[in-house]
Amino acid sequence: MNAFMHHFAFEFRMGIRNKQLLLMNYLFPLGFYLMMGFIMAEINPPFRETIVPAMVVFSILAATLLGIPDPLVNARENGIFRSYKINGVPSISILVIPALTTILHLVIVAVIITASAHWMFAAPLPVNWLNYVLIFFATAFACAGLSVLIGVVSPSSRMTVLWSQLVFVPSMLLGGLMLPYSMLPGVAGKFAQLFTATHAMNAFNGLAMGKVADFSPWGSVILLLASGLLAFELAVYLFSWDSRNTTRRGSPLLALLVLLPYVLGVFLLK
Amino acid sequence: MQTTVIEVKDFRKAYGAFVAVDGISFEVKEGEIFGLLGPNGAGKTSTLECLEGLRAPNGGRLRVAGLDPASEARKLRDLIGVQLQSAGLPESITPDEAMKFFCAYHKVVPRFDLLERLSLAEKRNSQFFELSAGQQRRLVLALAIPHNPRVLFLDEPTAGLDVATRVELHGMMRELQARGTTIILATHDMAEAEQMTDRVAILLQSRIVKIGTPMQITATGADQTKISVRTQGESLAGASFPAVSQQTCKDEYSIYFSSDIGPTLSAIITHIQAQGDTLIDLRVERPSLEDRFLEITGKGGVQ
Repeated sequence: MNAFMHHFAFEFRMGIRNKQLLLMNYLFPLGFYLMMGFIMAEINPPFRETIVPAMVVFSILAATLLGIPDPLVNARENGIFRSYKINGVPSISILVIPALTTILHLVIVAVIITASAHWMFAAPLPVNWLNYVLIFFATAFACAGLSVLIGVVSPSSRMTVLWSQLVFVPSMLLGGLMLPYSMLPGVAGKFAQLFTATHAMNAFNGLAMGKVADFSPWGSVILLLASGLLAFELAVYLFSWDSRNTTRRGSPLLALLVLLPYVLGVFLLK
Repeated sequence: MQTTVIEVKDFRKAYGAFVAVDGISFEVKEGEIFGLLGPNGAGKTSTLECLEGLRAPNGGRLRVAGLDPASEARKLRDLIGVQLQSAGLPESITPDEAMKFFCAYHKVVPRFDLLERLSLAEKRNSQFFELSAGQQRRLVLALAIPHNPRVLFLDEPTAGLDVATRVELHGMMRELQARGTTIILATHDMAEAEQMTDRVAILLQSRIVKIGTPMQITATGADQTKISVRTQGESLAGASFPAVSQQTCKDEYSIYFSSDIGPTLSAIITHIQAQGDTLIDLRVERPSLEDRFLEITGKGGVQ
């Protein structure tokens, strides 16, 4: 426990000390939130209705997808994991602690957004706070798991950016953050259901913000939790201490299984 | 009789079709400093990585402190200390944090005194990327020993260090040896290997081509002994001596390369006395480990 706490404390401090992580954890999400609040809410007033969940989901996407995978890849390529292995740091700590510290940073950011949006931009607050907190953690868990998995299977920083952007950009465009899910054409709507952000916004709207969900909001929560759990399990299974490892337990393509809960959701959620 | 701490028997390591280590065998006794020498790609790092439990061998038997590094890696962690060639630390970590972090995983009290000993006291709160290359290597070394490992693996420990720090580091290695720590030293620095190791193994093309004490290895070479003589007069001018294959002059010294030092030396001294000259300085230099290493590796290991 002592070792875990030291590791956790160090990783948490690194999230502020490291300029790239500071950018992804705080500056980018909060800067984007302020920009959207001041500009978007003026030119598109209905945006105020969803600014709190949308900006919280955006913060989660930025901090996890853009913040978690690259340091994992760099650590592996620079022999840091080898050093950890020699000194008895378990692989589960290597994968879980960055996710947990990122979630802790996200709690701070989410509190800032939630606390300031109402008086700064007249945004409505959640009507069900318990569900709001639950959905926040479910979304953060799902995105952190996916990000750790990307970090584990990416062979290089360049591929990490590619994989992260493959999830981040469509999530931003189709996930209900910028425009409502209900405005998407049928096929695009189904495609959007493959992304964490879509289910997060659906759950926030239906269970926390007092709005109507586009499909089963509890189904979305279950999918978020299932995909997060599956992503962490796949990450642990596929984890490699270094890039020259010739005895990896499975093909990196197995990581695509993380989409399975969302694919099932496309057919099952009404 | 000293205990065998490291046992390597018919060890083989391959990466696909590439054979990195091809059936090597050696033993290291408790408290010994054992050097692994060889050009890049000879198989030193693969051998170390398998002994450290980082990789599984493809054949043969490895034992470190009685444990199989591949199947008992977890038990081995607290018995070995490793200074990797690469830095192996996050760029934002401070020496203080790193010491607390690794000591916590080894379940020992942080040894901040080691940071002071290795001249890192003033940098305790600097981030790793702010440290110089030498400071980074010292920190990695400091992190390898707080749990008093039984076996210490050092991969190029003094590369990039200044003279004072090298001396300090060598002193520390001697102290650890005196406490019974077995040290495996992989290095390209032949002077360091000659000075610090009790025995060395020279690897070439995935095999051990020579093993023994530095003295034994240098003694078996074909290289000739260098004799440098300086006299008050010029009695040595034009003189010839037995077993000398080559002679030259430099900085008032007459220099002879002899294949049989006894008769040559005896003849030189007799000659100086017979000429009524005075001997000012006489130096005899055996071929160094570096000379011998170059001779072996230059021949492709053929003995």
